[in-house]
Amino acid sequence: MVEILLDATVRAGTPILFATLGAIINERAGIINLGIEGLMLIGALAGFAGTFVSGSLLIGVLAAFAAAFIAGSIHALITVQLRGNQIVSGLALTMLGIGITALFGKTMVGRTIEGFERIAIPLLSELPVVGRAFFNQDLLIYFSFLLVFKVWFFFYRTRWGLAVRTLGENPAAADTCGVPVNLYKFLAVTVGSGFVGIGGAYLSLATTPMWIENMSAGRGWIAVALVIFAGWSSPRALFGAYLFGGITAMQLRFQAMGTTVSAHILQMLPYVFTIVVLVISTLRLQKGASQQPESLGLPYDREDRK
Amino acid sequence: MPDLLQIEHIRKTFPGVIALDDVSFSVAEGEIHTLLGENGAGKSTLMNVLTGLYHPDRGTIRVNCQPVAFASPRDSLACGIGMVHQHFMLVPAHSVFENILLALDRVPNLFSRKKYQAKIQQLLDEFDLQLDLATPVWKLSIGAQQWIELIKLLMRDCRLLILDEPTAVLTPQESARLFKVLLKLKQRGKSIIFISHKMREVMEISDRVTILKKGHSIASLSRGNYDDKRLAALMIGEDMIPQWEKRAQAGDQIILDIRQLAVRNDRGLADLEDFNLQLRKGEILGIAGVAGNGQKALAEVLTGLKSASHGQILAGGQDLTSSNARHSYIAGIAHIPEDRKSIGIAPDMSVDDNLIMKNFKNGTFNRWIFQDRKAIRRNAAEKIEQFAIKAGPDGTPVRYLSGGNIQKVIIARELSERPAVLVALYPTRGLDIGSAEYVHKVIADGATEGMSTILISEDLDELLKLSDRIAVMFRGKLIGCVDPQNTSREEIGLMMSGERQGGAA
Amino acid sequence: MKLVTERRELSSQLLRFCAPLVSIAVALFVAGFLLLAAGVNPLAAYQDILVESLGSLYGLSETLVKTTPLIFAGLGVSLAFRMQIWNIGAEGQIYMGAMAASGVALFSGIDNHGLMLLAMFSAAFLCGGCWAGVAGFLRARWQVNEVIVTLLMNYIAILFVDYLVYGPWKDPKGFNFPLTAQFSDAARLAEYFDTRLHSGFFLALFMALVLYLFMERTIWGYEIKVIGSNPKAAQYAGMKTGLAIFTVLFLSGAIAGVAGFSEVAGLQHRLQHGISPGYGYTAIIIAWLAKRSAIGVVIVAFLMGVLLVGGDSLQIYWQLPVAFVYAFQGLILFFLLASDFFIQYRVKLVRGAAHG
Repeated sequence: MVEILLDATVRAGTPILFATLGAIINERAGIINLGIEGLMLIGALAGFAGTFVSGSLLIGVLAAFAAAFIAGSIHALITVQLRGNQIVSGLALTMLGIGITALFGKTMVGRTIEGFERIAIPLLSELPVVGRAFFNQDLLIYFSFLLVFKVWFFFYRTRWGLAVRTLGENPAAADTCGVPVNLYKFLAVTVGSGFVGIGGAYLSLATTPMWIENMSAGRGWIAVALVIFAGWSSPRALFGAYLFGGITAMQLRFQAMGTTVSAHILQMLPYVFTIVVLVISTLRLQKGASQQPESLGLPYDREDRK
Repeated sequence: MPDLLQIEHIRKTFPGVIALDDVSFSVAEGEIHTLLGENGAGKSTLMNVLTGLYHPDRGTIRVNCQPVAFASPRDSLACGIGMVHQHFMLVPAHSVFENILLALDRVPNLFSRKKYQAKIQQLLDEFDLQLDLATPVWKLSIGAQQWIELIKLLMRDCRLLILDEPTAVLTPQESARLFKVLLKLKQRGKSIIFISHKMREVMEISDRVTILKKGHSIASLSRGNYDDKRLAALMIGEDMIPQWEKRAQAGDQIILDIRQLAVRNDRGLADLEDFNLQLRKGEILGIAGVAGNGQKALAEVLTGLKSASHGQILAGGQDLTSSNARHSYIAGIAHIPEDRKSIGIAPDMSVDDNLIMKNFKNGTFNRWIFQDRKAIRRNAAEKIEQFAIKAGPDGTPVRYLSGGNIQKVIIARELSERPAVLVALYPTRGLDIGSAEYVHKVIADGATEGMSTILISEDLDELLKLSDRIAVMFRGKLIGCVDPQNTSREEIGLMMSGERQGGAA
Repeated sequence: MKLVTERRELSSQLLRFCAPLVSIAVALFVAGFLLLAAGVNPLAAYQDILVESLGSLYGLSETLVKTTPLIFAGLGVSLAFRMQIWNIGAEGQIYMGAMAASGVALFSGIDNHGLMLLAMFSAAFLCGGCWAGVAGFLRARWQVNEVIVTLLMNYIAILFVDYLVYGPWKDPKGFNFPLTAQFSDAARLAEYFDTRLHSGFFLALFMALVLYLFMERTIWGYEIKVIGSNPKAAQYAGMKTGLAIFTVLFLSGAIAGVAGFSEVAGLQHRLQHGISPGYGYTAIIIAWLAKRSAIGVVIVAFLMGVLLVGGDSLQIYWQLPVAFVYAFQGLILFFLLASDFFIQYRVKLVRGAAHG
């Protein structure tokens, strides 16, 4: 029972994990991205269509990354180069994502593909309780573990990571050190968006191997909230995403057990839970030294007079 | 010595302002060249042009006789030009090491932490500086943060170092130490552009002085060809300076009695500790101290923006620390904030609207819930004339006004309710001399009429000139109170660095 | 060579005025390519949009019907915008308003027409207000990000209404469709000219006028503007910013809630699944395009009404998904943001960087 629940937790948490990591990369560079929801849909459709056309899951995943990368570059262009309002641009990206995936996804509705399959890691997958959940999963989940580590390593062990973190804190400081501010910000937004796209692809390639209009169902927004919960750190994003996955898994479990509680009420749980988590993590943020990037959401204009 | 840098006919405009208009000067190798000019003369703008942050509209910059165009700080760094900005370019949340590392050239993406830590440590030892590389920058004093900025440039091996008013955040003793380091660098052939408006320092350290005035370079003089009178005359010129006289001593009636006040900041540290102070009617009480030693917290707790964690504020024997009376009383305290643009004004709104921010609903400017636009306009016209505010056409958003005029808008508003107490934080910072004198006059006139002022400033000359008493703050505590008439700058300086206690409060 | 931007001295009024129109035009142009890619002739599609929404008296009335909730929601969102508060939750507030109004209509048993409508209006106003007030409270008290809270609460509101119409409030005679019983005549707004146009539209215009006066003439409007321009300065001047944030978000949600009332009392005459096809999201665009002006909201809401009615026709004639309208709205926003840049900055070339 615990094993099954844990397994469902990881599977439900993974798309959100990818999305949260992508959002963290954005916000570390000082750019708020409220287009996560739209990017997930774009990733989901591109991933499904890529796989459907080519027959290869790998190409599907790459297509998801590329499509979200390109869509993210609109947000990057508007917010970085053109210093536009990040909140409005993100909302526009979400709307665009919902709209164009509905438009172009029409031909994909009802088609099927072979989704990702589980690959058991010898020995480890035999472990009690955690074995099945963490070591008998599909390739994308293993990739998500790697990505958590990679993102952490990038930010805290490489010079580029240091530069990107500085952009989020004080872009003027990075600028006077000779860091190409706009280029790095642009890349952080686009690459981050790409990973969000993979999160979307997980929905259409692994969770349910098909395309359904608006299939992200608010997960992108939950990811945006989880960034704050995670304190902009990738290991804590893993924890947050699985916490959320756990709620979802339990909700599905309740439904499967045929409780008398309405399905609609149960479906509210993840959203209610996310708000509660958001409140708690905001409170915690104010107590300790804040991890929020200092210049988050602010456009950088070198010639602005102080 | 050949010229390392030549600047010719530089012009730079901002929306509505000509910041630089035909500036020329040159810097030789191994020279300490001072840029002198009052606030608003264009010194910082010129340096931002030189470091590639701003693009000049016109003019040429030559490095080693080669014309250069800087598209970004990257380009000017490549030419060996580096700057310690007045607003530090540091990330408070990052460690000293991380801040310095980012400034280094040619660091591989996967760098060896040990190797670079050793390199930085070597330089620190060379200049006899104590800095822990792992400490986050926000924990350091402003003085220490400035050293980090300098080290960033030295690690990069810059040939021309620009320091923008570096002594503004230092005690006299720390400044002396900085000068020693600068002379050492000069001996090694580095060129230094030193920006200041403090005559004393300029006389002490410069090889050459260029004077900027209203965006023009009006003279370049070598050592021996100038004295402080000559420089002052060139710098200020024939600007009209309002005349005022200091009136008689303060009365005996105690207006405000602060007892054992303590304030904690967001990080849970003490901004203010065991703070005791008495303010008399009609008194101007100066508060000296290096920025960041609790002055801001003091102003904020007095004006009700922050709450005290301990202690009492008594006004006429009544405890105001946490009672409801506080709110109505706080309204009687006027406040000239430190950061005038970020908390003093609503930048997108007109002068008219900004002038009524504190009393928009006390009946003067409203009838029931509706605003009385006519009364608001009348009030603005009155204040604009009384305080000589250059406000532009009616309805111009305040953000387009100059710093001096913004400050006048704030002062006009704060004094309009005839407050009993004025808390002024660095009220003349960044103002040109004419505006600064005007502010001094307003404060002195207010004292004549019985207003008590707490004047917080980092400019000792200003404090000595205006104050009846000077209290010195260090690390959130009151070190002592002195009489400006018979106390030397050096004594106050020692108290500011916490090395000496003063008389009783 | 390198491109360099600099601020314009004073941006021209003409540019400012034209920017939204140009943005819509460019968005139409780009969306044309999307339509082409989806196998639809864009010119024919655009013609259909215009003919359908403006080409007949009936079409025009339908456009005004769609404009009505958009004005309410747009006003609500733009009120919060004035204070730099983001109410992304108008959609949920519409649902909650509709639910409250329906609750009164179905279960209060009032039979006086005026009294019934007043009760429904008040219920929608309060319920929408409280729904947004939650986010307002969290923001004012603990600085919890209101964008995320208002947005997530949309999902909760929609699910809750679904719960009601699929469950306890379902019309037993409704053939198992997710809808409640029809309202009594006392709970219906008057309709005009034999069309679906109802008094809600005039109420919306009236609301716009009230909001305009509120913002431009009252001390509260002044306070909101100061807080919007610089919250720190407002606090420093002694304004209670926390209370203001809560109040403004409450009012913002309340006005959006009235859209729900107007929809159920004037148009649907019952509560049902999918009562708002995203009016709350369109409202964000309206508020942004209208640039803070209540009158602007009315004009832009009408333009969006044209688009929505036209979008419906695209669905019928060209089998395009309704959500396509979102893509179009997203494009408008992008181009508007881009045009803001060119209003504020001038772009010029700088000669390349030589190294000394």
